[in-house]
Order: sequence, then C-alpha cells, then structure tokens
Amino acid sequence: MSEITLREPLLVELSSPGRRGVRFPAADVPAADLPEGLVRDDLPLPELSEVDVVRHYTRLSQFNHAVDIDFYPLGSCTMKYNPKINEDMARLPGFAHVHPLQPEETVQGALALMYYLQEYLKEITGLAGVSLQPAAGAHGELTGVLIMRAYHRSRGDTKRNKILVPDSAHGTNPASSAMSGLRVVEIPSDARGNIDLEKLKAECDDTLVGLMITNPNTLGLFEEHIDEVVQAVHDAGGLVYGDGANLNALLGIARFGDMGFDVVHLNLHKTFSTPHGGGGPGSGPVAVAEHLVDFLPGPIVAIVDQDEEDDLPTFGLVMPKRSIGRVKAFYGHFSVMVRALTYILMMGAEGLRQVAEDAVLNANYLRVLLQDTYHIPYNRLCKHEFVAEGRWEDAPGVRALDISKRLMDFGFHPPTNYFPLIVHEALMIEPTETESKRTLDAFVAAMKQIAREARENPQVLHEAPHTTPFGRVDEVKAARELVLTWFDWNR
Amino acid sequence: MSWKVLPNLKYTKNDEWINPEDGTVGITDYAQAQLSDVVYVEITVSEGDEVQKGDIVATVESVKAAADVYAPVSGTVVAINDELADTPEVVNSDPYGDAWMVRLEIANPAELDELMDADAYQQYCEEREH
Amino acid sequence: MYTPHTPEERRAMLEAIGVQRIEDLFSDVPAKYRYPKMNLPPAMTEMEVAEEMQGLADANLTVKDFVSFLGAGAYHHYVPAVVDHILRRGEFYTAYTPYQPEVSQGTLHAIFEFQSLMCALTGMEVANASMYDGATAVAEAVNMAYHVFRGKRPKAVLSAALHPQSLATVHTYYDASDREIVVPHADDPTADPMRLLDAVDERTSLVMVQYPDFFGRVYDFTALAEAVHAKGALFGVAVNPLALGLLKPPGDMGADIVTGEGQPLGIPLSFGGPYLGIFTTRKKYVRKMAGRIVGETVDTRGQRAYVLTLTAREQHIRRARATSNICTNNALMALAATVYLGLLGKDGLRRVAELNYHKAHYAAQRLAALEGYELAFPDTPFFNEFTLKTPLPVAEINRRLLDYGIFGGYDLSQDFPSLDRHMLVAVTEMNTKDEIDLLAAALDEIAREAAA
Repeated sequence: MSEITLREPLLVELSSPGRRGVRFPAADVPAADLPEGLVRDDLPLPELSEVDVVRHYTRLSQFNHAVDIDFYPLGSCTMKYNPKINEDMARLPGFAHVHPLQPEETVQGALALMYYLQEYLKEITGLAGVSLQPAAGAHGELTGVLIMRAYHRSRGDTKRNKILVPDSAHGTNPASSAMSGLRVVEIPSDARGNIDLEKLKAECDDTLVGLMITNPNTLGLFEEHIDEVVQAVHDAGGLVYGDGANLNALLGIARFGDMGFDVVHLNLHKTFSTPHGGGGPGSGPVAVAEHLVDFLPGPIVAIVDQDEEDDLPTFGLVMPKRSIGRVKAFYGHFSVMVRALTYILMMGAEGLRQVAEDAVLNANYLRVLLQDTYHIPYNRLCKHEFVAEGRWEDAPGVRALDISKRLMDFGFHPPTNYFPLIVHEALMIEPTETESKRTLDAFVAAMKQIAREARENPQVLHEAPHTTPFGRVDEVKAARELVLTWFDWNR
Repeated sequence: MSWKVLPNLKYTKNDEWINPEDGTVGITDYAQAQLSDVVYVEITVSEGDEVQKGDIVATVESVKAAADVYAPVSGTVVAINDELADTPEVVNSDPYGDAWMVRLEIANPAELDELMDADAYQQYCEEREH
Repeated sequence: MYTPHTPEERRAMLEAIGVQRIEDLFSDVPAKYRYPKMNLPPAMTEMEVAEEMQGLADANLTVKDFVSFLGAGAYHHYVPAVVDHILRRGEFYTAYTPYQPEVSQGTLHAIFEFQSLMCALTGMEVANASMYDGATAVAEAVNMAYHVFRGKRPKAVLSAALHPQSLATVHTYYDASDREIVVPHADDPTADPMRLLDAVDERTSLVMVQYPDFFGRVYDFTALAEAVHAKGALFGVAVNPLALGLLKPPGDMGADIVTGEGQPLGIPLSFGGPYLGIFTTRKKYVRKMAGRIVGETVDTRGQRAYVLTLTAREQHIRRARATSNICTNNALMALAATVYLGLLGKDGLRRVAELNYHKAHYAAQRLAALEGYELAFPDTPFFNEFTLKTPLPVAEINRRLLDYGIFGGYDLSQDFPSLDRHMLVAVTEMNTKDEIDLLAAALDEIAREAAA
C-alpha cells in the first residue's frame, strides 16, 4: 500500500496548543455572569500563530491557476482581466465601513452609486428597470422566473406553468425554473445550432410562462431567427427571458430590450470585470421591460426628492409597487457593484463596444486557426466563444478531458469541458478581449501540439498533467468514501 | 462497442430491465457504461408501495451523472435491494444480477408487451452510439 | 483600457479570419439592432475614476466616523490585517470555481478547511462551500427539508423571531409554490419558542428558529428539538457564528440543519454585501444538501488532494432535477472567514465572543437604569444584542443621536407595529466603555429634553 504524501497540511495539522494569532484588548467593562447551561464546553478550533497562517495561505495560493497568472479560456465564464483599480475602490473606507441599516441621509453616496449603476445597466440592456439585488446569475434567473410568473398571475392568467429552455442551455436555466415549481420543456437545437423554430412554435400555447434563451447561445452563435423566436413566444402570450451570461459579445453591439426581450439577468462577475473569487461572490442584476418594472425584487434605489431639475437629488430605497419581494437580505452585493461601476465609468460607451469587438475578434481568430485541427461542429462566424470537439477518429481513446489536462502543462487553464451537452467531447473556448495576439498564438501552438501528441504519443495526454503541483485526482474515491471535514478522519 | 443484453428480460427506452417472471427491475449494462463508476444508489420506494409505470423507484449517481430509474410497469413493490447503498459499485460489475433494485408484483402483464425484447433493445443501443 | 491589441495586430487577425473590418464580424446581428447609441458618461482614466468614486465614498458616513450600535443581521467587528492581504492575492481572487482540481488545490484546500471550521462551530457533521447569505440559506433549508421527505411533508414552520429579511426571502421563494410556509404567532413575535409546536403536524418537514433570535434572545432549544423530532420533522437553527465562540452549539441541542450569516467572521459591512451563507447538516442528509462540497482524496502521484464531490446533486448535471439552482456562491467570503478563524483560533474566538457578551451586558445594565428605558426581556439571556424599550419613538431618538455622533440601534417598529418604541441595540468588541457611557448619557438627555 503506497504512502500518501502531504503537499501542504491543513490548519488542524499546523495547530499547536497555546499558539495565538491575534490578540484582543482586555475588557474595559466588568464581566457579566455567563448564561447558565448555555456556554459551550469545548471549541474545537485550531491554534496557529500569525506567521503560520500567512505562510499557509500564501503557499496554498501557489497551487492555483488564475487570470493574473495566465490564459483562462473558460467558455461561458468570461475570464477577463480583473482591474486592480476596482479592488482599491471597493475597499475605500467610505464604502467598506457603511452599515446597511444606517439612516438613508448618511448613505447618499452608496445609494447614488447603486442608482447610477441601475441607470447605466438600463442603457446597456435597453430595458426600463433594474434591480441589483440578486447575488449571482442563477439567483437572477430564479428572480426572473418569479417575475414572469407574478406578471401572468397579476393578469389572472393562472393556467401558465411551462418554461421552455433550449437543450444547449446552462444547467441553471432548467434548475431555476424547476425551483419555482414550473414545468420545464427542452427545445432541441437545429442543424445550424439555433433553437429549432418549428419545435419551439409547437410548444407556444396558453400554458406558456416564457422562454429562457441565451443569445448568443452557448455554442457562441447569434440566434439566426431571433425575431421569429421572440414573436412566437409573444404571440402565445409568453415572455422572453434572456440569460445575459454571454453579454460580452454584444456590449454596445445590440441590446436585449431592442430585440424584444422582457427580462434579462446580467453577470457582473463575467461581463463587467468583477473577479470570480474562486467561485464567488458574483452579482446577478435583473433588468426588465416597462410592463414588468413594478414586479422587480426590492428594495431598489430611486430618487425620492429633488427640488429643482439641476439640484442634487436625494436617493432612497423603495419597494416596487407589485414587487415579488426580496430575494436576499439587504440590497445585493454592494462591493461587487462598486467594481462594476468603476469599470463602466472607465470604459464609457466606446470602450464597452470595443470590449465586444475584441472579444469577438479574438474568438474568431482562434476558431479560424484551430478549425483544421479540431472539428468545430457549427463552424461559422461566431461571437465571443466557440465550441470544438475534443476527439479524433484516428486517435481513439483521446477525449476532451485528456486535451484539457495536457493544456495545463503549457501553463493554460483548459476551456470549459462537456458543455453544452449537444456537442460530443465539447471544448468551449472563450478567450475574452483582454488577451493579446501573442497569448492566442501560444494557445494555438499548444493545441496543435496536443493534436499531434494524440496520434503519436497518446500516453502523454492520458497521464497529463505532468508539470502542475498536483496530478489527476481520484473522484470516485472522493464520492465513495466521503471525507468532507477533518473530523471525518478515522483517528 | 458491445453490451450485455440478456435474452429473457424486457427493456425500456430509459435503459431499465425487468424480469417478466419475477418482476425484478434494474438498469442495463449499457446504462452502467454510460454512467461510469457508480458511487451511490438510493431506492426511493418502500415495500408495499404501489407504483405506476413511469414512477421513479430509484436514483443512481456516478461522479459525472445522476439518473432516475423508472418503474417499467405498474405494480406493488414487494422487495427492495437495501445492500446497494453499501456496495454501489455492484451496479457496474453485475447490473443484471446483484444490482437488482426493486421487485414488483406486476399489476397488468399487458404492460410488458409495450417494452422492448432483447433484440430490439440491442438495436436501440447501437442506434444511439454514433 | 484593458484590451491589448495594436492596430497592426487587429489587421493581421482580421486578415487571418478573412474579413475586412471589425464590423463584418457582426454581420449576423440584424442591422436594425446593430450599434445602438448608449447614453453613458464619457470614458474616464483611472485617475479620474478614482476621484469620482472617492467623491461618492465621501458622501457616506461610516461606522468609523460615528459610534455605531446597529446590528440586526450585520455587525461591526474587527477584521485583522492578514485577512485582506490573503484575499488580495490574485491567485485566490482571480481564480475560477475549482472544477479542474489539478490547478485549483489552493481554493479546494481552503474550502475543505472552511467546511471543517463551520462544523466545528455548529456541532454538525457536513457543510457546503457557502451560499449567498444567511437569508437565502434559510430558504435553502426549507427547500432541503422538503426534499428529504420527497414532498410528502410540504409544510415548513418558521419562527417569527427569525430575521424578518430571512422570512421575507422564504416567502418570495415559496409563496406561489406547493410549499406551505407557516409563521405562527406572527402577531406576537416575541412569544416563547415552544409555542411553535402548536403549528407542527404530520405535514411538517421543518421547524426553524434563530440563535440568538432577531430580538437578541438566546434559548436552549434541546426540548423543542426533541418535541419536533417526536412529530417526525427536522429541526433547523439559523445562527450568528460569532456567538458560537461562547455559546452551546445547536448541534448539541439536536439540530438537523444549522444555517448562518457569516458576516461577523472577518467580512466588512460594505453596505450589505457580499456576506456569507453558512449551511451545515448531518451526514445522513448530505445528498439533499445543495451547494458545492469539497471532499478529500488522492492524486495520481500519491498526494493528498481535494476535489468538488457529490456533484451529481448539482444543476450542471441534474438540471431540472437538481434540488437547487445554486452555481456561483460566496467562495472568497468563505476564504475570509477561514483566514479569520485560523488567525483567532480557539482562544481568540472565545475572547472576542466574551468581549461582545460583557460589553453588551454592561450597556444593557446602564441603559436599563435610565429613567424611561427598560429591557424588553430582562429574564432571557442574550449575546451581543438586546431589545430596549424607549420612552420616545425610536426614529425620533435616532435622529437626535446623530447629533451626538451615534448611530442608534435598529427601530423594531419598522417590522413589528406591536413593537413601537423598541430599539434593538448591538454592542461589539469595537464599542469602548466610553462609547457605551456616551450612549447612555445621550439617551438620558434625549429623554429628559422630550419630557421637558
């Protein structure tokens, strides 16, 4: 039985009884009696010095790949550069140390910030109302579905219980719909990668709440029949929900509102440069057309007083008239909003449009350079991402997984694997606009080398990665023998 | 690719098998190959439950997928295989034997005629694999 | 500008693609939609935006400018310097969800530590990698209990002493669904918790309370948990994790699900977010728990390693059959809490909790002694927050307190009309004795001036 080696211990293994990290002042008040029967006997936390903690987390950080290190072409995630000015602005004491329940007259700066972000997101989406409250994209989706349902009910239309979702959709789309208690029907894609219009029309009846659609879709393609799609849904009395995860392709190029979408969520942690944080926090604001404005979750920020046109307005928190209610505590992820507003102010309309142009330029550049080496099932002009197949007939046994693991040896994070489900061995590649031609060329070279290795030396791929601090992990063991905390060890 | 398909069983489009003689139900060799390493099986019905054709009787989880197992026909649950919770890997190694999931007292034998026989199922698997 | 291309590079790339101009890349967008005019301010340089944002920040008062006794779900605590230094490492904050374990062991390892620490605090057996906040964690607890009983017990009984925003979130999520959300004695929110049992029957999947509750009160829920179990339902508790540095954990009282708002653990107030949803439960229910979970394993080189596990529960696999839709969570805030707890450790967390406790009790004693003021619940234990009955409407008192440079406690009449003239006062390690004495003097003066 081979020994298991330790690259880096856990906090509990670095612990030494009596070690102190941070000290606090002595109490300057008399000690009160502790509540009888309610004091805990034992607090099983580790004991470390400050140096221990700093070294531990600094060493751990070295095991991560990150956008600050190198290319991270995860399709659908928009791993663009996270500007450092955003980080400084979020930490301004005037933002970081404000309590959400302070009197409104003492937080006019924070409210103004939220108000302007609401307004700018309306401009960018071409829609009439925005709530910044949802905490992430999936949260925004749930919110959007609840808004659509509330709208229908308010009109006495209680028969509607069906949501349509393309088969290429992100898993959160059907999950959010099901979570709202609605019936999910999947619509297949056609041969060109669009949503199948005829099959969609067949489902457009009076039980339809709406359609959840991503445009451009998860294949990176702009829906070729978007007008007919929107028309079909509206004709049946349904609403169109836009998953805004792919907005990086359309900033300043086209607006959801102009295309007839009724409700949309945005991912500030994708399109608007706020960092992914190893899994969050994100922010998923929801934007809606005029007829849905009253249903937004709240509170949202509005101008509550303004003596004269040119006077400084007074901002306040208000609940929309027929709001679905609040979807979380307080007002949303404020410090993420600070970052997003900083970004929008630095880009301006021109800059945002250039973001989309370069994102789409970069994606098409990669597509064209890789199309002879990797099969791209829907190979036409793409938007900010495209999907290739990670397999070849003459390299049996080599899969998207192997290609991804081998890319790590070249210093790149792999693209998104196995999504969308409608492409075999999918590799979804989204370079974003912040990557240089040099990086893109290096990525192409690596992908071509991997394609050669697949035929000449597939073992190198099957055993990859070789140069990363860790190799492939045993996922079956992790799922069969559940060790989910350090208390699970048999000691 | 080839998968084991037993001649005496009946099959569903969702890759369940049923033994028409004793009403035992499980998932097929093709299904376990699709799932790859099974890590968990949960039987979601109890002895005595009445199920309609198409009701969920179990859930099978692997590292990368989760699948619901549906009753191929209507009937009453007379036995469940509670050993699967401890040895889920048996679904991969012996899908037609030790990995049986539930045993049904079949309510309406005519429903068996709606299912595929071994040859039809074999063909169905081949159609999907290209 | 963060797009690096030179004009020559753009030309070369367009040529490689086979189009003449960038505009040609958008020929698939219908012309009528293309290039909308967006009314946004002209682009600013970094220097200009820094000034603009500073201006907005300056238009706020903060808990560093004023003395604050505000709590009600968000608390002013000391965040040690190390926490933000770790959070500012690009390897942590510019990384993505750790779906590729070979290049994400930093994140995965830290999450495993977070899960362990949350179980250490709550006395539970498993934790997820975080949720959005305490309020949505309560909603997810309702969801989980529903799925544990496979929909056969559609009712959830929730205490009216849960944070009103948690209850509001649950209502938004489930009011129009087949779940029945019952908040008994909502007209008497300070009723004894045992009275929740009045509403519990064989259709109940979950009974949920808060600890300390919204009014600051601390109860031993062991008897209630037993009674709930006797009726076949699950017992859930929403906690302030800092209180668990001192107080008996709900795991020891028989809880099945313990959620929490982790903001007190090293996360700044930031006008309400992002904060940290904590979710823990018993191992036997782990497959019904939503959210990401990290498990321990080995890699091909024989090294101990961590990986996202039990992923078959989640939306990217189960899609419509997932129990929850959660994808992005609050990972970086979970890291903050992990570093915070690592720094404070066993001794430090106990000390901070005690400081909160003693200072709050000193304040309660001083304020209760003032004429016209009294404690609403003089016989019930509390941690760092208590309800004070006031001689004037709280809104009026708080307006006057601003002149003293003080943010007064939360006005409970905003949520509970029956609790007119009731102030929720929070006291933490950040409040000195002098500040508490100042509050007492100010409240006294305000009452006297009004009486005059």
